Amino acid sequence: MLKIKDLHVQVGGTEIIKGLTLEIKPGETHAIMGLNGAGKSTLANTIAGRDDYTVTEGTITYQGKNLLDFEPHERVGEGIFLGFQYPVEIPGVSNLNFMRTALNGVRKYNGLEAMTAADFMKLVRAKAKALDMNPDMLKRFVNVGFSGGEKKRNEMLQMALLDPKLAVLDETDSGLDIDALRIVSEGINAQRRDDTSILLITHYQRLLDYVQPDFVHIMIDGKIVKSGGKELAIELEEKGYASVV
Amino acid sequence: MAATAKTKQQVEDMSGDYKYGFSTDVDMDMAPKGLSEDVIRFISAKKDEPSWMLDWRLKAYRAWLKMEEPNWAKLNYPKIDYNDIYFYAAPKSQNKPKSLDEVDPEILRMYEKLGIPLREQEVLAGVEGAAKVAVDAVFDSVSVATTFREELSKAGVIFMSISEAVKEYPDLVKKYLGTVVPQRDNYFAALNCAVYTDGTFVYIPKGVRCPMELSTYFRINTENTGQFERTLIIAEEGSYVSYLEGCTAPMRDENQLHAAVVELITLENAEIKYSTVQNWYPGDKDGKGGIYNFVTKRALLKGDNSKVSWTQVETGSAVTWKYPSCILAGDNSVGEFYSVAVTNNYQQADTGTKMIHMGKNTSSTIISKGISAGKSHNTYRGLVKVLSGADNVRNYTQCDSLLVSSTSGAHTVPYIEVRNPSAQIEHEATTSKISDDQLFYCRARGLDEEEAVAMIVNGFCKEVMQHLPMEFAVEAQKLLGISLEGSVG
Ligand SMILES: Nc1ncnc2c1ncn2[C@@H]1O[C@H](COP(=O)(O)OP(=O)(O)OP(=O)(O)O)[C@@H](O)[C@H]1O
Ligand SMILES: [Mg+2]
Repeated sequence: MLKIKDLHVQVGGTEIIKGLTLEIKPGETHAIMGLNGAGKSTLANTIAGRDDYTVTEGTITYQGKNLLDFEPHERVGEGIFLGFQYPVEIPGVSNLNFMRTALNGVRKYNGLEAMTAADFMKLVRAKAKALDMNPDMLKRFVNVGFSGGEKKRNEMLQMALLDPKLAVLDETDSGLDIDALRIVSEGINAQRRDDTSILLITHYQRLLDYVQPDFVHIMIDGKIVKSGGKELAIELEEKGYASVV
Repeated sequence: MAATAKTKQQVEDMSGDYKYGFSTDVDMDMAPKGLSEDVIRFISAKKDEPSWMLDWRLKAYRAWLKMEEPNWAKLNYPKIDYNDIYFYAAPKSQNKPKSLDEVDPEILRMYEKLGIPLREQEVLAGVEGAAKVAVDAVFDSVSVATTFREELSKAGVIFMSISEAVKEYPDLVKKYLGTVVPQRDNYFAALNCAVYTDGTFVYIPKGVRCPMELSTYFRINTENTGQFERTLIIAEEGSYVSYLEGCTAPMRDENQLHAAVVELITLENAEIKYSTVQNWYPGDKDGKGGIYNFVTKRALLKGDNSKVSWTQVETGSAVTWKYPSCILAGDNSVGEFYSVAVTNNYQQADTGTKMIHMGKNTSSTIISKGISAGKSHNTYRGLVKVLSGADNVRNYTQCDSLLVSSTSGAHTVPYIEVRNPSAQIEHEATTSKISDDQLFYCRARGLDEEEAVAMIVNGFCKEVMQHLPMEFAVEAQKLLGISLEGSVG
């Protein structure tokens, strides 16, 4: 699905990712953990194609294609989804309109017809219900005035609608209450299939109790310094970064 | 029968007495360049006007001669040579496009995005021989015109060209023309009084709610009506009308100078909702060409409890100078101004409103959204004035500017003059740059860069756009996106 080889990324002239290698196969769930400022979000943004995140060395291959050849919106069409650590507010744009535009954009990219308003409403209501979201949030402006947890749930709703091949979820568990964590985890698990992959970025072992990863990686200073199974996360939780790496 | 033939037939069936300002005769003579009393006499004679109208024009002309072009706006354009302008029907250009193949591809792309049918594209782009079709195209898209007319006359609504109104309803026109915008109000208004070519007259009788939205789009007949347009709308006691001006598609226009005057009058308990989409040619990417648009729009809220609401979406013209205003004379009257002004490349807009509170308990709301991209300049200029006799006035003003590029300018110039201590005036202003985070968030949801800009800008303008009538709103939204193409930076 995704092959990252010796990746170096600069942001604002500073090298943040310093030789990172990672392979994710279809059907796999990987978790990346690491100290604040290690470069986890930078990696996520680079995969999504953010401007000004300059790849100076290395390659990213996605489904056999050079991912760096694609514009951000094309990557979405190709099946990549980024769940934001800090979802952005867009005043004046209704959540429904935003999501419908997104979904129809992806459909168009894949040669499918636009979904009618009625079909879309049915779909979005069902998905919102599964995430136990208040339907009023669909009509509000995108993320405007949403609580931290509501924003994260809104990200999950968008993921469910776009049904990506590769979901990169940047601290989707931060700021969630216990019930919300369970619900969001169910959402992530529902997205796990033989033909999909998930990259979780998290600080907490708790999420990994619900969404059991196949691999756990520890990222420090722009590199993956240690990889293992889910027991690595448990060890990390008990002993802290200093003694594990 | 082919569509065109059919509409022609319809036009003929309506015979000579078709009242609503359509004309199938597009052959026009022209006056020589420049302005003189003779040219004005020529215009008046051409239009077969009564002598009072000619006198009125001449009076305006003499006043204009003694006036100075205003220079207080934040606008920069070369001096206009009034002797080098055709004031009545410019000659038919020799280099009109022969077909759409010869039309600027940028313009064609815009038509396509707006979903305009091919035949109408030809008309708008001024393709040779398409003018004849203009009438047909308009009729075709509005073959309903006949039903339209019947419904209006049943309600007693008068909706016709102002030239016809001068002849058919001289008393009404005489009573109101120039009462809201006096001839000497300003340089461009005086010019318009002297040379106005045509425009629209609307009269809504007492207690009538106009059964449909009135649109100028139904009244385009020659290439030149836009240049010195004159509109007069009178809403009698307890009446209501919603009027739409303009069209989202950019029209080919050989006249660089536009100076329109719009006068609205509301009597007791009457309401006028006036919506504009202005998309005249803005000039090219390097700032060459484009329309100079100097417009005077004003409403006199004469009766108590009356209401006027201006909504404008301004995306076109190289230079825009325009301040739709309200004189709130009647007690409890309400004035509203909702504006979106987009400037890109080298466009300049200096626009805003004046709310003059004379009556007691009058209130006004001003919401202005300025979006500047490219190397453009966008100025909000507004006046809120409360006269001493006006007790308990309220005004709320909100001016937001959004910079799409770092090379553009946004300026806010609010004037507040209050002579009555009971007034409550609120003013809020913000300026922000379109955020990279927002852009990336949209792009990470599958929108390309232009769609992302359009989405964010439409969100920014939401409070204004929601005041547009439905049929305008959808097109205007598309238009915002198109006007800002290639503007991020
Ligand atoms: N535009 C920029 N210019 C310079 N440095 C930057 C820029 N953007 C991010 N950085 C730096 O890059 C480093 C990595 O940031 P990143 O957001 O990827 O960390 P993270 O691992 O996601 O941290 P957290 O766990 O706190 O979310 C940080 O030190 C940050 O300050
Ligand atoms: Mg982060």
